[in-house]
Amino acid sequence: MLTKRIIPCLDIKDGRTVKGINFIDLRDAGDPVELAEIYAKSGADELVFLDITATEQKRKTLADLVRRVAEKVNIPFTVGGGISSVEDVDILLKNGADKVSVNSSAVKRPELINELAAKFGSQCITVAIDARQVNGEWLVHLVGGKVPTDINLFQWAKEVEERGAGEILFTSMNNDGTKAGFANEALAVLSSELKIPIIASGGAGNMQHFTDVFLKGKADAALAASVFHFKEIEIKDLKEELRRNGIEVRL
Amino acid sequence: MKIVIVDYGAGNIQSIKFAIKRLGFEAILSNDAEEIKAADKVIFPGVGEAGSAMKMLKSTGLDKVIPELKQPVLGICLGMQLMCRHSEEGDTEGLGVFHADVVKFKNELKVPQIGWNRIYDLKSDLFEGIDEQEFVYLVHSYYVPECSETIASTEYGVEYTTAIQKDNFFGVQFHPEKSSDAGEKILRNFLTSNL
Repeated sequence: MLTKRIIPCLDIKDGRTVKGINFIDLRDAGDPVELAEIYAKSGADELVFLDITATEQKRKTLADLVRRVAEKVNIPFTVGGGISSVEDVDILLKNGADKVSVNSSAVKRPELINELAAKFGSQCITVAIDARQVNGEWLVHLVGGKVPTDINLFQWAKEVEERGAGEILFTSMNNDGTKAGFANEALAVLSSELKIPIIASGGAGNMQHFTDVFLKGKADAALAASVFHFKEIEIKDLKEELRRNGIEVRL
Repeated sequence: MKIVIVDYGAGNIQSIKFAIKRLGFEAILSNDAEEIKAADKVIFPGVGEAGSAMKMLKSTGLDKVIPELKQPVLGICLGMQLMCRHSEEGDTEGLGVFHADVVKFKNELKVPQIGWNRIYDLKSDLFEGIDEQEFVYLVHSYYVPECSETIASTEYGVEYTTAIQKDNFFGVQFHPEKSSDAGEKILRNFLTSNL
């Protein structure tokens, strides 16, 4: 049986991790490669690197980082952040990324998803969707969730699937940073309406939240950052807890 | 030992090269028939879509070279599927090494299957030191049904082939280069065992 995935997310700027990371056993807390190796050993199923670099050297810095991660890490990883063209994706995959995630650029030009799926295959194209529930309706937001659109989350998710995305990374802006749990109702709708896997993001605060996101939210994978970076939750403990709750995980 | 990764333009092959390096070996990437024939071990990767990958193989003439190889050959993911007779993906004729046809998942589960699943009924030295029910990483929408050449199976709505062997030809549906320590052990077995 396919297992549910646990995915730590690392925010990257200029080739370094940005969010405060509280690993006492790290030699260099800002080195994404070292952190990635530790996560791989601790039982993470995949990793996501989200690049927020906004300089002209972005492309080269990110490609270098991807290469260094690919050299060291023996689990799959996805790279996202500002990817807007076939050429961007080509460079990242050639340097060893397993998947890429596109977000705002796909909303601005949805054909990008078709182009990427045709050239590289759906299996390596993740579409990230940030959405916020406003007056009862889930609306897609851009630029890291800051800029609202009038696009409905579920309609966009369906379109993304039809255009050839291999999976969807859904972040609820209502839940992100709250540590109060994932947006399980919206997730369950996404998961039942779509045939492709759904990665849940935003709201992880304790182990029960992960149980809920798999049982109630029907998610295929759960992504989180700070609860792992600050060691509030150890991945091994989390997986043992999930298994006790009848959820299939890799241990 | 000379290890060649067949480079015909299909997808991400750096990770395989890096994984081999982590094991202490060097692999070269090549699409040159003579170089491939001279290798001790050949790895035949593949990511992407079957029809276009097959076109790339034909344009380099490697579709004729690979089925004739005498040394151990390991097809990975789409590489394994291309070594079958036929694939439903793009109605594509394969290399015909394995006596199997590739079909699409038709169950109610999510497609593509992405993530970690178990392998069992392990029947080859390729899996020396690997436990039954070990986890490996898979990403695919098409699969090879179980057949007489199956050497490992996985369950995803249906029990299907996750590894296959015919003489010196091996294929794995999973990604050993991304399957943590178990994957590295399988890759090491392929490189170092007298298969």
